[in-house]
Amino acid sequence: MADTATRHQLEALEIQLLLTGVAERYGFDFRGYAPGSLTRRIRAAVAREGVSSISALQERVLRDPGCLGRLVETVSVHTTSMFRDPEFYRVLRQEAVPMLRTYPFARIWVAGCATGEEVYSLAIVLHEAEILERCRIYATDISDAALERARRGVFPLSDVDTHALAYRAAGGAGDFANHIVTDSKSAIFCQPLRQQVVFSQHNLVCDGPFNEFQLVLCRNVGIYFDKELRRRVLELIYGSLCKFGLLGLGMRESLRYTFLADAFQELPGNVRLYRRIR
Amino acid sequence: MRTELVAIGASLGGLEALQRILPALPEGFSPAITIVQHRHARITQGVDLAHLLARNCRLPVAEPWDKEPIEAGHVYLAPANYHLIVERGQLALSVDAPVMHSRPSVDVLFESVADAYGATGLAVVLTGASEDGALGARAIKAAGGQIWVQDPNTAAAPVAPRAAMARTDVDAVLSLEEIGQRLAVLDARKAARPAPRRNRPRSKTGNPV
Repeated sequence: MADTATRHQLEALEIQLLLTGVAERYGFDFRGYAPGSLTRRIRAAVAREGVSSISALQERVLRDPGCLGRLVETVSVHTTSMFRDPEFYRVLRQEAVPMLRTYPFARIWVAGCATGEEVYSLAIVLHEAEILERCRIYATDISDAALERARRGVFPLSDVDTHALAYRAAGGAGDFANHIVTDSKSAIFCQPLRQQVVFSQHNLVCDGPFNEFQLVLCRNVGIYFDKELRRRVLELIYGSLCKFGLLGLGMRESLRYTFLADAFQELPGNVRLYRRIR
Repeated sequence: MRTELVAIGASLGGLEALQRILPALPEGFSPAITIVQHRHARITQGVDLAHLLARNCRLPVAEPWDKEPIEAGHVYLAPANYHLIVERGQLALSVDAPVMHSRPSVDVLFESVADAYGATGLAVVLTGASEDGALGARAIKAAGGQIWVQDPNTAAAPVAPRAAMARTDVDAVLSLEEIGQRLAVLDARKAARPAPRRNRPRSKTGNPV
């Protein structure tokens, strides 16, 4: 039993050293990430690289930028899906669209967009509400590889049915097929959706605000940060959101016990959509 | 070693199994309980599973928020489409890829319990149609914790308990009723209080039976 405790302490130490090394050498600072999921991901990286320990991983990462790239991918990217939590998009149609309609030009930030499913889901909602042309969506992520996939907007043809179901559950009254162009193997999102989106790299940990937005979506990103880092990220988002702007979080994230609890009012619908009131 | 945290994994047939175990827990039960019941991503705001399980349970049952503190005697049910991760004193959620097609995954929960609670963790593997949970059970055992499995002969789906038994030495193979009864006497607070004067039966290890 003492043996297990020693093993855990050693692993925790190796993780700290690895993260310090990566932060100092490359500027990617993962030290504020939530320990539970971070430990899982680092163990997965060790297995994937075929090295014998976290220390061995550190040795390779510090010398091989390719290995760093793979580590960044493993540690930072979350998996998502089209219209994840369909009721969120229903409420977005009801609450966010009317608000965005009042602006001649609206800026929207999808922070931590990963491979873009949430971005295209949002774009479809705005397009069907006929306001997409008056919106500019800034979709950012730490991962270049994820952004590349997101930019392409391509997915396997075999996923069309699943996406169409999710689209319908999210309140889509039209035909999901109208938003894509297909060939024998894949589907790609239509040009009108893609042209209103700018995908760019942005690191929530260390980059500052870059604009002011009427709507910010940061769903299931904060769950990967520890409390302190999440606080800093929420501060960044708060500072980027105009007064009466809307913020969307993941279904099991809440502003309630954070320093922003009084600055926001949760909108009806029980989907973690908030309006900045202060 | 007293149990601080109980982690229950269930898949096919799990709802019925949980509804036979949870009512056995007494008011004032001290260890926290985390549950992964395999469930599909919600398409609509449908059945509130936590509400259903809370019906005959004396302890509060809820899906946790991300970073919710772990409170004694509370039952936490993994939300649909999230992995539930236990950290020391706090719950965390993740949307990492499904494990064995499952999110929430039992292995993810159990492995985190092994890390965070070690020898004070107890995993219970209930009925299930996949092996999700077997590797996690092994991790808990390696960290000094305990594993109980539902007797495969009583399980709606025996795959999960059998897989756990194949991967590690389990501490007990029990019927659902026995699981409920044993959990009920697991109360850490009771174990910490001085024993009353009458002789209490003790096992070879000196622990209360």
